[in-house]
Amino acid sequence: MARLTLDQVRHVAQLAALELSEAEAQAMQEDLGSILDYIAALEAVDVSGVEAVFHPSQVASPLRPDEVRGSLSRQSALEAAPESDQGGFAVPRVLDGDA
Amino acid sequence: MTAGELHAASVIEIADTVSSGRASAIEVTRAHLARIERHNRALGAYLHVDVQGALAQAAAVDRARSAGQPLGPLAGVPIGLKDNLCTAGVPTTCASRILEGYRPPYDAHVVERLRAASAVMLGKLNMDEFAMGSSNENSAYGPVRNPWDLARAPGGSSGGAACATAARLAAATLGSDTGGSVRQPASFCGVTAIKPTYGRVSRYGLVAFASSLDQIGPIARDARDAARVLGAIAGHDPRDATSVDRPVDDYEAECGKDVRGLRIGVLRSALEGCDRAVVDAIEAALGRLTRMGCELCEVELPYAEHAIAVYYIVATAEASSNLARFDGMRYGLRVRGEDLRDTYSKTRQRGFGVEVKRRIMLGTYALSAGYYDAYYLKAQKVRALICRDYARAFERCDVVLGPTAPTPAFRLGEVKDPLSMYKQDIFTLPAPLAGLPALSTPCGMAEHDLPLGLHMVAPAFEEARLFRLAHALEAGSGFPRAPADPEG
Repeated sequence: MARLTLDQVRHVAQLAALELSEAEAQAMQEDLGSILDYIAALEAVDVSGVEAVFHPSQVASPLRPDEVRGSLSRQSALEAAPESDQGGFAVPRVLDGDA
Repeated sequence: MTAGELHAASVIEIADTVSSGRASAIEVTRAHLARIERHNRALGAYLHVDVQGALAQAAAVDRARSAGQPLGPLAGVPIGLKDNLCTAGVPTTCASRILEGYRPPYDAHVVERLRAASAVMLGKLNMDEFAMGSSNENSAYGPVRNPWDLARAPGGSSGGAACATAARLAAATLGSDTGGSVRQPASFCGVTAIKPTYGRVSRYGLVAFASSLDQIGPIARDARDAARVLGAIAGHDPRDATSVDRPVDDYEAECGKDVRGLRIGVLRSALEGCDRAVVDAIEAALGRLTRMGCELCEVELPYAEHAIAVYYIVATAEASSNLARFDGMRYGLRVRGEDLRDTYSKTRQRGFGVEVKRRIMLGTYALSAGYYDAYYLKAQKVRALICRDYARAFERCDVVLGPTAPTPAFRLGEVKDPLSMYKQDIFTLPAPLAGLPALSTPCGMAEHDLPLGLHMVAPAFEEARLFRLAHALEAGSGFPRAPADPEG
């Protein structure tokens, strides 16, 4: 688990939809590098035969009865929208472009 | 109780006083609002004070009382809410620019429960942005100061909540805890806080950081107050699929019960890296427990040394997923880019602070192709080993006890690099990884009147045991005790 290259940093930033400046990318490389160095100690831990715990409680996901219930009104849902139009969220073009 | 004393009253005293009509909810609320007005600038605890809302709630409580209607267990009690709890129509920012001015269209489950308990909500409390931090220095709206020493951090991420409780800017507050975020600030501010068992309190309406770790917890001046607040907010909620359908114990009734015969598992090795004052305070507390008839033994959590690494993979991985929703489309900040993707990136670039970005990056990396097995999957297996450590310890003891933090509150600006800050949470991280309830109670003072906290972990759903012990420990601890007001 080596430190990250700048290219790797930029790739991860792209995956995370974060636009980092050159200076930020370098600082990130430094910070993540030292954190990952520290985390590397996990490599030595023997986990043979151990089942991963993704969740502290082993509760099965309960389903609710399939009945129609109220939810947020359209008006409430759109109240905080940066832009809305014709009862929907107005967003940058998704189709026919490099989205 | 005179107006001057109303702010100094406990949750239980206020509830009794208002229910019996000896003081009105309006008077109690006004007393607290006046203190906020006087002291919040120096402390930075509140991001938003809902004056109109609080007075309206208080008036409604008084009307109900006059009409002979029954009041809830928190009648007229003024409560502050960490700003990652959704409050309908009231700004909820998570101390981030990306949610500046955001007003949720609904109340969190715990907010509904507080209303049903006849509490009064004073406003929203400052925090580390998106609950990521241990000092409240990561807020986009300025730091919170420790009321015991304004040059020091209150702890984090629920720094505003712990500060407000300690400085009596609320009778109690609600914070959230993922890696220690109610317990560590409580320790630094000399108040009591509990992170309940995972699933004990509904997370509906809590802005998610790490979904397998987050819990909401009360921060109050003592065990009895914390017990009453937890009793009001705990319980099943079908809107949170991880919420457990299990009866809520009578936590308050535990306070005052005998602790004779309880077995205390002491994490002696944890004390080795701590300040002398921390060690002395813990030893003194152990002495009190022994005199009360508790049995001490030594326990180890061998895999807890990996808790920081495990946490900073698991929590950041979950956070990278949870914070993907902040994309400028449906709420919050939007920074227009050239196209959709560019809008996402520019919005998040402008809207998120450095620590949030750092954690999103770390989590994204840990989950990315080629690294998932080595990081995320491995961490979740070591997590299982930490759970096993606790299970083994609880074969020999009833609670696992140690310090909450290795030191008292550090100075603002003193802990400079991310990893050093992460290591602050060494004692509080293992419990949430195992989903176990954990409580911090003030147990002494370091030099210059800086509070110190004692940390206890119990088996799942044994919060009652923690309250019983915390209450018993108060006698001789020097707490509850309030700091001097900022102006002196």
